[in-house]
Amino acid sequence: MSARVRWAWLSAITVVVLAGAIGYGVWSFVQYQQRQNSPVSVAVSSKNLNPSAPHIAFRNTAAGDGYGHVATVPLASPRGARTVTSTVCDRVYAAGGTLSCLSTNPGIVTTFEAEVYASDGKALRSWPLPGIPSRTRVSPDGTLVASTAFVTGHAYAPASFATVTVINKISGGGYGNLEDFTLIVGGRKIAPVDRNVWGVTFAPDDRTFYATAASGDRTWLVRGDLKKRTLTSIHETAECPSLSPDGTRIAYKKNITPGPVPHWNIAVLDLSTGKETVLAESRSVDDQVEWLDNDTLLYGLPRASAVGDDDVWSIKAAAGAAPQMFIEHAWSPSVVH
Amino acid sequence: MYLSFSDRSGGNTDEAAPPGTPFKISSVIISLGIVSLFTDISSESVGAVLPVYITGVLGLSMVAYGFLDGINQGISAIVRIGAGWTADRSDRHKLVAVLGYGLSMVTRAWLLVVTGFGAITAVIAVDRIGKGIRTAPRDAMISQAAQPEHMARSFGVHRMLDTVGATVGPLLAFLVLLLIPTGFHVVFVVSLACGVIGFAVLGIMVPGRKRREALAAGPLSAGMEKAARAAGARMPFSWRALNTSSMRRLLLIAGLFGVMTIGDGFIYLVLQSRAEFATKWFPLLYVGTNMAYLALAIPLGRLADRWGRMRVFIAGHGALLAAYLCAALPATGAAATMVCLLLLGIFYAATDGVLAALAGQFSTRASRASGIAAAQTVVAVTRLAASVGFGSLWFLWGRETAILAAAGALAAAILGGIVVCRGIEPSAASA
Repeated sequence: MSARVRWAWLSAITVVVLAGAIGYGVWSFVQYQQRQNSPVSVAVSSKNLNPSAPHIAFRNTAAGDGYGHVATVPLASPRGARTVTSTVCDRVYAAGGTLSCLSTNPGIVTTFEAEVYASDGKALRSWPLPGIPSRTRVSPDGTLVASTAFVTGHAYAPASFATVTVINKISGGGYGNLEDFTLIVGGRKIAPVDRNVWGVTFAPDDRTFYATAASGDRTWLVRGDLKKRTLTSIHETAECPSLSPDGTRIAYKKNITPGPVPHWNIAVLDLSTGKETVLAESRSVDDQVEWLDNDTLLYGLPRASAVGDDDVWSIKAAAGAAPQMFIEHAWSPSVVH
Repeated sequence: MYLSFSDRSGGNTDEAAPPGTPFKISSVIISLGIVSLFTDISSESVGAVLPVYITGVLGLSMVAYGFLDGINQGISAIVRIGAGWTADRSDRHKLVAVLGYGLSMVTRAWLLVVTGFGAITAVIAVDRIGKGIRTAPRDAMISQAAQPEHMARSFGVHRMLDTVGATVGPLLAFLVLLLIPTGFHVVFVVSLACGVIGFAVLGIMVPGRKRREALAAGPLSAGMEKAARAAGARMPFSWRALNTSSMRRLLLIAGLFGVMTIGDGFIYLVLQSRAEFATKWFPLLYVGTNMAYLALAIPLGRLADRWGRMRVFIAGHGALLAAYLCAALPATGAAATMVCLLLLGIFYAATDGVLAALAGQFSTRASRASGIAAAQTVVAVTRLAASVGFGSLWFLWGRETAILAAAGALAAAILGGIVVCRGIEPSAASA
């Protein structure tokens, strides 16, 4: 090939490839715009919900206007029309008059943030997250907020540091990264290299909490103590715990297929007897479950047919119970009594 | 004993450029730089959005992903030395590089159709293998095309273009997601397009062995002609050619420094744990490092050619030492973070291309890809070990103490490196 022929080939390939990529990009952009401007596929209420009335706050995932916004439905009619707020979150939780919202600020510089609001919508405080939002919880009295984020950035980051979980007070200050707490497994202090902590759930005393601690392919349900700064294992193979309203049971996801492709079942641990009950939901649940009441659990599952859309399901916390659709096009539910 | 340039091509003294030869960059190096630029846009754009895609779109867990990443880096290091040896044995550097780049390009198309976690990790593993295959033959081609007395500067030109791609890639990906928040497939298509362009530049513009030989007959730039002539009078590959005092010392120093190089990810995490500025911009800290790297790659390469490559290589690790100390300082402002990033950029600019230039300098033409691969493998494996080891200290002693300990160990390694390199410094200085 002469130099001219080589340049001709290279130019032709470059033009064809770029035209293809740009064409696909423009087509996707038009498609996205059409979806955004299409009317919402679910019933939406224009009434403002009374924040002190019992309700369920969640992330609205119905395509169209209001996608990704925090929405609420009355506790009495979860399938009824939803009220969509202007707050945009990836993960949301509300309790005790405090709402925690983990969000992605997209841009050339994509950043991540935890924002805390009072029930009247007033911003209380915020802190930056080092990566993708994962889990958040608020203590029952609304004074403590926990956030978990995946540490991401670029390909060279040491990947064994997968999560960062912090507990902060809404009045300011906090307890820092839970990885720095003393980890006690089987009565012995351990400090594994690759330890991670995620998925906090609070007890009502503002001192005790439960979370997941992990090292290698092992995970532990740990009881945390904010005063002593300790994490003490109480059960193995349990992630993303959720304490029942009466404080007697903990629901969590249990990985039944170790290896690179996990499959999580929902399990419930009775704290007084130590008896574990694995529920009959056959689909893999990658969520921090929420208690609707002392007998019923809520959790999100992605819709197989639509990328980025989810549904909230409910299941009785008893062996053999069948899952039921609870709120369509919804994610990250929290029950506000 | 040290090898002079005249020894390297079996007594062909003409190969060494006479002192004071003006710097002229070979079109082969520019082409290889552009190949790397597009390939890095391709791989880094996907790398930047993959975690969000895996967790946010596919709804999969990130945790296992991290452990696999370490394994992949190990595979990449092993593949690298095999590919360097194959390239030398067959004298088909371009063919081996084409295989490596091609493999990575194919994974981009593969990404468009897979959705499972296992499949995604397989795609990433194959991409890493491709990277392992291509690096050493490519660097051997660069060192063959470079004027010997300007070798570090030539590598600097390549690394600058490479780093431009590594910086543009993630920014381009985030721009796409800003316009189309659900547009992950657009990112993958753009990545595939850049991969194809890089691959086309390599296949079409970079001369292979046949064309190199054919070109030797015609009028050409001085460097190219010599390279082509030398390729004709090529000595057979032998490991013995690499088992020289200089090469052994280089590998020893590279390994010594490698085990003290804890990875910039840890430095970012230290900064992140203390400075709110660094937390907010955590996903972008590497951009700061890359900016410094690409701005300094050529000047520091030039300095290496003049002042001594080994000196600059060691001084670069001094910059890394300063970066550790900077991260451990109690200052929390934006300025402290910036200084740390600048120091990391200096470290990369003074060591990455310079190491390849040193390894090329200390190996014969017929064993160059293996020599470069050996040096890069030593660095990759020891750095991996350093990351694991430092991770333990991190939890045993806490962040600040651990990084100060790493700084102390690196300072000792630098002193050790200065002692070990005494035997080879004349060669490096004379280059």
